[in-house]
Amino acid sequence: MSALGYYPGCSQSGTAAEYDISTRACLKALGVAMADVPDWTCCGSTPAHTVDHFLAGALAARNLIQAETAGFSRVTTPCPSCLAALKTANHRLADAADPGYRAEVERLLGRAAPGPLEAVSTLQVLYEQVGPQGVKAHVARPLSGLRVACYYGCIMNRPPGLMAFDDPENPVAMDELLTACGAEVVDFPFKTECCGAAFGMPRLDVMRRLSARIIEMAVSVGADCIAVACPLCQMNLDLRRGQVNAAAHTDSRLPVPYFTQLMALALGLPDKDIRLDKLVLPFGPALAAADEREKAREAERAAKAQAKTAAKPSDKETQPCA
Amino acid sequence: MRIGVMVCHCGNNIAATVDVEAVAAAAREFPDVVFATDHMYACSDPGQKTLEQTIRDLKLDGVVVASCSPRMHEVTFRRAVERAGLNRYMFEMANIREHVAWISLDRKRNTQKATDLVRMAVEKLRVDRPLTPKSFDVQKRVLIVGGGVAGIQAALDCADGGLDVVLVERKSSIGGVMSKLDKTFPTVDCAVCVLGPKMVDAGQNPRIALHTCSEVEEVSGYVGNFEVRIKKHSTYVDWTKCTGCGACQEKCPSRKVPDAFNENVSLTTAIGIPFPQAIPKRASINAEYCLKLTKGKCGVCEKICPTGAIAYDMQDEFITEKVGAIIAATGIDLFDHKKCGEYGAGRYPDVVTSLAYERMLSASGPTAGHIKRPSDGTEPKTVVFISCVGSRDRSLNRPYCSGFCCMYTAKQAILTRDHIPDSRAYVFYMDIRANGKGYEEFVRRAQEEYGVEYVRGRVAQVYPQDGKLIVCGADTLLGRQVEVAADLVVLAVGAEAAHGAPELAEKLRISYDAYGFFMESHPKLRPVETNTVGVFLAGACQGPKDIPASVSQASAAAGKVLALLSKDKLESDPQIALVNANRCIGCGKCERTCPFGAIRMRELRDGSQRAEVVETVCQGCGICSVTCPVRAIQLQHFTDSQLLAEVNALCRTWDETTE
Repeated sequence: MSALGYYPGCSQSGTAAEYDISTRACLKALGVAMADVPDWTCCGSTPAHTVDHFLAGALAARNLIQAETAGFSRVTTPCPSCLAALKTANHRLADAADPGYRAEVERLLGRAAPGPLEAVSTLQVLYEQVGPQGVKAHVARPLSGLRVACYYGCIMNRPPGLMAFDDPENPVAMDELLTACGAEVVDFPFKTECCGAAFGMPRLDVMRRLSARIIEMAVSVGADCIAVACPLCQMNLDLRRGQVNAAAHTDSRLPVPYFTQLMALALGLPDKDIRLDKLVLPFGPALAAADEREKAREAERAAKAQAKTAAKPSDKETQPCA
Repeated sequence: MRIGVMVCHCGNNIAATVDVEAVAAAAREFPDVVFATDHMYACSDPGQKTLEQTIRDLKLDGVVVASCSPRMHEVTFRRAVERAGLNRYMFEMANIREHVAWISLDRKRNTQKATDLVRMAVEKLRVDRPLTPKSFDVQKRVLIVGGGVAGIQAALDCADGGLDVVLVERKSSIGGVMSKLDKTFPTVDCAVCVLGPKMVDAGQNPRIALHTCSEVEEVSGYVGNFEVRIKKHSTYVDWTKCTGCGACQEKCPSRKVPDAFNENVSLTTAIGIPFPQAIPKRASINAEYCLKLTKGKCGVCEKICPTGAIAYDMQDEFITEKVGAIIAATGIDLFDHKKCGEYGAGRYPDVVTSLAYERMLSASGPTAGHIKRPSDGTEPKTVVFISCVGSRDRSLNRPYCSGFCCMYTAKQAILTRDHIPDSRAYVFYMDIRANGKGYEEFVRRAQEEYGVEYVRGRVAQVYPQDGKLIVCGADTLLGRQVEVAADLVVLAVGAEAAHGAPELAEKLRISYDAYGFFMESHPKLRPVETNTVGVFLAGACQGPKDIPASVSQASAAAGKVLALLSKDKLESDPQIALVNANRCIGCGKCERTCPFGAIRMRELRDGSQRAEVVETVCQGCGICSVTCPVRAIQLQHFTDSQLLAEVNALCRTWDETTE
C-alpha cells in the first residue's frame, strides 16, 4: 500500500478532538503508517456546498493538491462529511461529461486540478488494511460484556456509487471491528438513519425528533452505548442529549463514544490516547454495566462448572477402575 | 437491360426530408433506367399494381424500389415483381427511410444521399442474375423448450394439429410458475384446478414426448431439419418402474432439504415428488442432500421402494431429437429480493416474497392454506404489500414494468382479508397498472369491497421493533411520511429472464435484449417469430406476461408452427455460397471458418480436394467468401462483382459531387 496521507478535518481539531486522538492512536498501535497532509484547510463541509458547488469543489481540491504535492497517493479522514467532500470533488473533476466544472474549479484554484487521488474513510482503512482478524490479534483488554449499537450515520456508505464501501443499507465494517474487540454488537436497525445532522442549527425540532428515534431504538435493543463514526452525529446524540431528552420526554444517559475510542480501549492504550473524559455523557455506566454482565456470566459459568465437578466424582465412583 | 425505379414518399416519412421527385428525376439519367417515378405509398395496393403494370408495359428486366428497410418490405416487393413475371431476385431495394429520411432533417443532403443509394441499387441490379430456390423435406415434429403454462398450451395445440411434440422441461415436473399459484386474478379461481387438467393432457397425449429434468444442450441444423441434443439429468430413480406412490418420500431420513417448490417456506426430503399434481408423478433424488449419495450410507428408499425403482448409480443421459421447428417457452424467474436491503429482505424472516406468500395461501402449500408468520407461526393481523420490488427501478437495472405485480398484489390483499377477516392489508404502490379485461374493476373491488388500504408512495425502510415490522414510507398523495406496524411484509417481486436464457438464445441463434428476454422478429407484426426461421417464442421468455397473454402467445406460436410444417417441402434461400470448382485449390480454410458446418471437402478423381457447400445448411453469412484466398467462393446475390458495382457507383457519384 502506497503512502497514506491523514486529513483530520476541522471537527477533529476542535469539538471532536477525542476522535482524532483515538484514531491516531489506533492507527499507530495497529501499525498503519500515515502522515498528516501538510497545511490542510477546511474541506468546505455542508456550508460550502449549500452555497456554491464550485467553491466547495475548490476547497476540497486544495486539500487534495496538498496531499498530492506531499507525495501521498491516498488520503484518509475519520470524518464522513470531509470524506464526502473529497470524494465528490474527485468524482466531479474526473467527470469527462462535465468539463465546465473542472475548468471553474481550476480558475478558482489558479492552477491545474489534482490528479485522481483516492480518498477513503479511516474506518475503511482499519477494516481493509488491518481487518477484524488483525485487530483481534492486538486486543489487550477485550470489551467483554459491552453491548454496542454501531451507528454509521447516513453518509458513511451513501450514496453507494460515490462512497463505494460496505453495504449501504446494512453496513458491517464497524460491527466486525468491534466484535473483534470483544464487544457484543447488538442488531441495530437504525445503523444508517439520519440524526438530523446540520439541522441542529436551523431546525432544532427536526434534529431532536430524528436523534430521539435513534437513541430510543438503541435503548430498546439493549445497548450500553452507541458507537459512532461521525463528529456531527456524535454531537447531536451526545452534546445535545439534554435538548433531545426534553423534546422526547425521556431521560436517557446512553453514552456515545467514537468507535475508535472503544478500539483504543480494547487495544489497552493509555487514557490520554482514548480521552473518554471528553464525552458529555459519562462512559463509566456503560463499562459498569458490561462488568456486571460479565461478572454475572462468570458466576453462572462457575456454578455450572461446580455442578459438573460435583457430579463427576460420583460418576467415577460408579465406574469401576479400568 | 431495362430497369424501372420507383421512389416512395411513405406519406411524409420520406417526402418530408427528401425531394423524392428529384431523386426519381435523377434516376432517369442512370444507365439502363428506362422508367422512374415517385409514389405516395409504394407498398400499397395501387403502388404494387403500378409496379406490376409498368413491368409488363415497358417489358422491364429489373426493378429498384427506394423506400424503407428491406426488413420491412423486401418480401412484399419481391412477390409483386414475381407476379409481373420477373425473377424475384431481379429486384433491389434502396433504404431511404431508416438510412436517410429518419436520421437527418437536411433536405438537400438527404436528397443527394437518397440519389446515391438509388444509383448503387441500379448498378447492382445491372449485374444481378436470376436465382431459383430449391426445395427440401421437413421433419413434421416440434421441440418446445419449457413446460410452463405457455409450453403446455403450445404442446397441446401442436399435438392437436397432428404434430409430434418433444417437450423439454428443466424441473422434474411441468407446470412452471403457474403451478405454484394459489388463485389467479381477476376471477380468483384456483390456479392448479385450471392448469392441472392441461398438465394431465400433456402427460397423456401420445403425440407429446415429455422430457423433464432435461435441458437443451445443443441445437444444429435449420428450419425443417433441426437436430437437438438434450441432456437428461439423472433423477436416480428409474421412471419406468416408479409408480409415484410416495413411500420413499415418507421414509427418507434427510428431512432438512429446502423446498424449492414451496419457495423455501418449508423443508422437504431428499427424495420425493415436488407437489401432489406433478406431471410426471415420479420421484427424484436431490443429490445434494441424499445421505446415500453424499455420505454413502442410508439406502432407506431403495429398501422401501415396492418396485425397485431406485438407481443410485444412474448417470446423466443424452438423447438427440430431429424436429422441424422449435418453440422457446422458458418463462421467467423472479427478482432476487435480497438485493433490496432497505426492506430487510433476507435478514428478517417475516419479510417474504409474493410467491412465498402464494405458497402460504395455497391449500396444498406448506401451511395448508393458513397464513402464518415464518418467525413464530402466528397469524398476522397487519400485512403490508410493497409493489415494484425489482421493477421500474433503474438503480437495480430493472427499468421495465413487470406488468402483473399490481394485479397479483390486489389478489393477495383480497385473499388476506378473506383468510383473516379481522386483518388489515396495506399496499404501497407507485402507479396501479391494471389494463386487462376486468383488471381495473378487480383492483377497485380490493379497495372498496375488501377495504384494502392503498398508499401511493415508496417504502424507504423496514425495521423490526417489539415483534413487529415497522414499515416507513411516504404517502405522496397526503404529502407526508407514514409508518405502519406490520406483522408480515410481502414484497411484490418483479420478473426477470429465466436463468440461462441468454445461453439458450445463443444455442437457438436468436437475439435477446439487455435483460435476457428473447427478441421477437417485429414487436407488432411478428410477435411470436424470431429472426431465426423456424424458431418461435411463447410466453414470458419474450417479456413479462400474465397467464392470459402467455397462453395466447403460446397458441399463436403453435399456429405458426402448424402453418410452417403443413408444407411437405420448404424452399431454401438461394442466397447462399457457391464454390467455383475451377478456382478452388482445396485448402480447406472455408471448411474451418464456417460457423454452421455447411462446407465439406470432396475428393476428385485425381485425388485433389474441392470445397462443396451443403445448400440446406448454408445460412448465407459470407464468412467463407471473405476467407477464400483465391476468391473461389461467391455468395449468390452478393458476389464480388455485385458489391463492387455498388462501391464503384458510390465512388463515382462522390467524384461528381466534389467536382
